[in-house]
Amino acid sequence: MEANGGDSSEIVRELEALKLRKSEIEHRISTLEAKLQETTAAVEPCDAVSNGYSSPSSPAIEHGLEHGLSPDQIYRYSRQLLLPSFGVEAQSSLLKSSVLVIGAGGLGSPALLYLAACGVGRLGIIDHDVVELNNMHRQIIHTEAFIGHPKVKSAAAACRSVNSTIKIDEHVEALRTSNALEILSQYDIIVDATDNPPSRYMISDCCVLLGKPLVSGAALGMEGQLTVYNHNGGPCYRCLFPTPPPTTACQRCSDSGVLGVVPGVIGCLQALETIKLASMVGEPLSERMLLFDALSARVRVVKIRGRSAQCVVCGDNSSFKKQQFKNFDYEDFTQFPLTAGPLNLLPTESRISSKEFKEILQKKERHVLLDVRPSHHYKIVSLPDSLNIPLANLEARINELTSAVKEKEDGHVNTGSFTNPSLYVVCRRGNDSQIAVQYLRESGFDSAKDIIGGLEAWATDVNPSFPTY
Amino acid sequence: MDATKQEVTKIESDDTSSSVEIKVLLFARARELTGVPDLILKVPSGSTTQKCMDELVVKFPSLEEVRSCVVLALNEEYTTDSAIVKHRDELAIIPPISGG
Repeated sequence: MEANGGDSSEIVRELEALKLRKSEIEHRISTLEAKLQETTAAVEPCDAVSNGYSSPSSPAIEHGLEHGLSPDQIYRYSRQLLLPSFGVEAQSSLLKSSVLVIGAGGLGSPALLYLAACGVGRLGIIDHDVVELNNMHRQIIHTEAFIGHPKVKSAAAACRSVNSTIKIDEHVEALRTSNALEILSQYDIIVDATDNPPSRYMISDCCVLLGKPLVSGAALGMEGQLTVYNHNGGPCYRCLFPTPPPTTACQRCSDSGVLGVVPGVIGCLQALETIKLASMVGEPLSERMLLFDALSARVRVVKIRGRSAQCVVCGDNSSFKKQQFKNFDYEDFTQFPLTAGPLNLLPTESRISSKEFKEILQKKERHVLLDVRPSHHYKIVSLPDSLNIPLANLEARINELTSAVKEKEDGHVNTGSFTNPSLYVVCRRGNDSQIAVQYLRESGFDSAKDIIGGLEAWATDVNPSFPTY
Repeated sequence: MDATKQEVTKIESDDTSSSVEIKVLLFARARELTGVPDLILKVPSGSTTQKCMDELVVKFPSLEEVRSCVVLALNEEYTTDSAIVKHRDELAIIPPISGG
């Protein structure tokens, strides 16, 4: 058993090392390919397909092609050229455009793939995260081989494999007020494919300052929203939402869940709106919002307000300039910390570690374990012999807890021991459990303690095979 | 007609001889807080969209949470708090979502 364990951990290590080397080699290959194309483009302008910035004197002219598309480009994009409402003019504009996609997650995945495929001249990708297994169901640009590697590297490799003739910029970093102006200024169109309120306000403000159109998409659960902001005198994000939503109303996919296709649909529509803007085709979704409801299969487009003259950022008397932007605290403004540390509500004597709880189980100490996660979380995985009362219902269902505690007491009536059983509270990460313990202690459950770090700590420190989600 | 009425939750305020019925569409967090995607709201004729929101918050106090940050659309058009609703109007309550 011991030997097997050693073997498998060695295999895992070797696999990890091989995967790392593989991605390094892939990266090297794409860099060299890009280099080779640039060189050939310089030597033989006939193949000037590297980034669509073919100079007017390229042999396209020799072929009598005034639009500047090379023969390869004509073939590659032929199905778009054949579209009467798109054609060579739109394709040439597209090839000359540059687009920055912020976030290579659920929205960014399809957006990036389509933008790369359709021939945006230069495509920037910015994200600071690494690919994780629980991303794969919706972030379809990434492959298993890239788990643990930067999303930008993974997304760039995928885009290059779809279209090696466009230029791809990799920004492996978080977008901040300190670098946003500099990075966004390098692109014509900005795509917001992020997942949190502070980033959304920051990106919109930055687009206003730089005069860039913003293709903004969002998805959560079974719903999606899409709007083009700051385009042609239209509103910015702040015109529409001057007051940030309260933290309770801002949920993350990692807490509330999301069906993979939903951001996929919105991300595709973001690519579509971006292509329309870049090629100057059609009617952009400005001053309108598209609402996608997956459950009822309904798409609604509602007219939204125009630019607000009172808007603090894009309004007539706005004093919001680049310096104010650089100093603005978006996390504070939205009350939404991007690096959420654990809560610390309870004194140490009201808490135990997951390892201490394991000892309690081993000693068969009398106790009640209360799990305060939502019931659909509880169905995914739970510790044995636990009682599930979601935090939201704790007050209303407190009787169930009282009888559970009583039952443990009654069980020992014959032995004459009447000490109260201990009450332990667990949740997913150890925040809700603290709120619950605080409430329980105020309600007379003096022995209530929470398990620090919740089930995630249990999985990390006690039982590595315990499923996490 | 009756069948379609039964499908949606119905909220009636004090019965007045001249009242209007509007359809309220709830999105994102507003849908989560109320538990319904849409409902019929009966308000006195001449009511503003603000009055409609007041009525909704009376019925669903938890909606207060998103009230300050919602976009309202009346019959798929941008609207203000002071717009008067008419019989069979459709009022959409749209809080922002930020996931991705």
